[in-house]
Amino acid sequence: MAIWLTAQSRILVQNMTGREGSKHTRRMLAAGSTVVAGVNPGKGGQEFEGLPLFNTVGEAMAATGADVSVVFVPPAGVKGAVTDAIDAGIPLCVVITEGVPVHDTTEFWAYASSKGNATRIIGPNCPGIASPGASNAGIIPADITPAGRIGLVSKSGTLTYQMMYELRDFGFSTCVGIGGDPVIGTTHIDALQAFQDDPDTDAIVMIGEIGGDAEERAAAYIEAHITKPVVGYVAGFTAPEGKTMGHAGAIVSGSSGTAEAKQAALEKAGVRVGRTPSATAALMAEVMRGL
Amino acid sequence: MDLFEHQAKELFGSYGVPVPSGRVVVTAEQAHEAAAAIGGRVVVKAQVKAGGRGKAGGVKVAADADEAAARAGDILGMTIKDLVVHKVLIEPASDIREEYYISFLLDRSNRSFLAMCSVEGGMEIEELAVERPEALAKIAINPLEGVDAAKGREIAVAGRLPEAVLDQAGEVIAQLWDAFVKGDATLVEVNPLILNGAGEIVAVDGKVTLDDNASYRHPEFAEFADPTADDPLEQKAKERHLNYVKLTGEVGIIGNGAGLVMSTLDVVSYAGEEFGGVKPANFLDIGGGASAEVMAAGLDIVLSDPAVKSVFVNIFGGITACDAVANGIVQALQLLADQGEVVDKPLVVRLDGNNADEGRAILDAAGNPLIQRVDTMDGAARLAAELAAKGN
Repeated sequence: MAIWLTAQSRILVQNMTGREGSKHTRRMLAAGSTVVAGVNPGKGGQEFEGLPLFNTVGEAMAATGADVSVVFVPPAGVKGAVTDAIDAGIPLCVVITEGVPVHDTTEFWAYASSKGNATRIIGPNCPGIASPGASNAGIIPADITPAGRIGLVSKSGTLTYQMMYELRDFGFSTCVGIGGDPVIGTTHIDALQAFQDDPDTDAIVMIGEIGGDAEERAAAYIEAHITKPVVGYVAGFTAPEGKTMGHAGAIVSGSSGTAEAKQAALEKAGVRVGRTPSATAALMAEVMRGL
Repeated sequence: MDLFEHQAKELFGSYGVPVPSGRVVVTAEQAHEAAAAIGGRVVVKAQVKAGGRGKAGGVKVAADADEAAARAGDILGMTIKDLVVHKVLIEPASDIREEYYISFLLDRSNRSFLAMCSVEGGMEIEELAVERPEALAKIAINPLEGVDAAKGREIAVAGRLPEAVLDQAGEVIAQLWDAFVKGDATLVEVNPLILNGAGEIVAVDGKVTLDDNASYRHPEFAEFADPTADDPLEQKAKERHLNYVKLTGEVGIIGNGAGLVMSTLDVVSYAGEEFGGVKPANFLDIGGGASAEVMAAGLDIVLSDPAVKSVFVNIFGGITACDAVANGIVQALQLLADQGEVVDKPLVVRLDGNNADEGRAILDAAGNPLIQRVDTMDGAARLAAELAAKGN
């Protein structure tokens, strides 16, 4: 078992024939994921890598039973693509695309909410979700870690990979990259809640970074609802105020969004916070050995 | 990207928001000319992207053109919050009867938009929010519904604006919403929004932050860019589409992935504490791809920074395997040498993840004496800090 993405998941790729879409379709297939369809408006009826292409998510779902979409559509088309996925009611939509205007994200999030959030959105600007040994939806390298009982939720792609690598002796149930944009679909809290409810996850690693108050809110949630051990890491202690550090959301403005505030909130909630990624991995290794 | 006040008002004006008609000048002589053309009392306003300009002496009223020239002469060249004033805005002085506050902003926590409005404009809004939070109305906006004049009126009512101006303010608020949405802004703030002696609502100040992700659909963003504000290295990096931020230390940093690079800055700073407080010289994320060309462009920028004494290349091989990255580093150094660049700063390279052993073997085989390989992030950061301290 895992959260949100399992061996039974049937994946479709929006913009399967594009440069990134085609590359990562092949990688997902090579990793053993069940990719069943592509969606490229105007190319319905054609095939790619032996998989059928459809004009809309709804058509692809009806014909193939797809229940996960991975979006590799360029920024200008993301709002339309996600709207199509929401209209089709697909349960999970993973938006990999970087550089989506925040007004577009906010609008498609509001649209998803107006439809009762029947579609879980992960991203945008995220590496996706991987349940090692079961399925891989996005661009997370599939061979870093075997399956295990740690859950991971992270704003950062490469730090996700690093943490998976350092804890590969224990393995992971599911790794979720939620993305570093100011507005994202799935949050730390959503993942924490799902890991808490997942019988195959024993402990949780949470990676945050400067900007916004998502980590502080997650800390409050952990204090109230999470009984499984949580280990945390926050990047950006030395980032200067007012400078955007790569991710559109990673900016310290005034006294809010600092790494210190996030660490303090997490520690107050009983989360052990590592000073470096390696130290964080060591803390989690200690937790796992103690279970 | 933040806009100057005059740019913000130009943006507002293009959506119908009433703004004073001013002129931007860069010398006292031009200020004289502008003030004479406007006639009567004018206000001379420093154009810097910082709050508190009034308190810093960057906003002055002048009775005539001579005085405007004198005030402009005082303000041009002054420093406000570390920013040098290169231009001033000359505007007719407003006959201010009342001052209000209005803004639209991105509400990250609720993944939505928020309007804030108050009848108590003019003062610093952060102070108002702390001292008298009840005076600052916060109204959630449904992104699917937006703000029309009726909703704008509701916002004005919530902000306790007087009955007589509600209709007019509602329209202006709706126009500001248009500027916020169609302009792809993440912040639109008017403080103060005034009622003048003629009974008109006018935006006499403006603060706007635009979403850089939306620049592909806004050719005008390019005109708003302010090359003078960028560090020369940041400017050069921008031209090469590199994600680079200049910092104040001595250890050049190159990594793949924004989170990993942020983390690298932290780890290097911690290590630097042991070596006389050396710090990272920059943030540079070369992205998941990390090709030889991008690595070369990145190394070129970092090595051309005279403050840099050592470089830490921190790569976790994911989609791009470490052997490809190692080849990229070796080729990049060769490329720079071929271009006649003198590369004499030590490089500490940490490769981990996908095909790390192959990558490390490539670096070892290259036999470049400048490259030192350390296999852990913490160890590599320590060595890079130590080398930077020695180079100082």
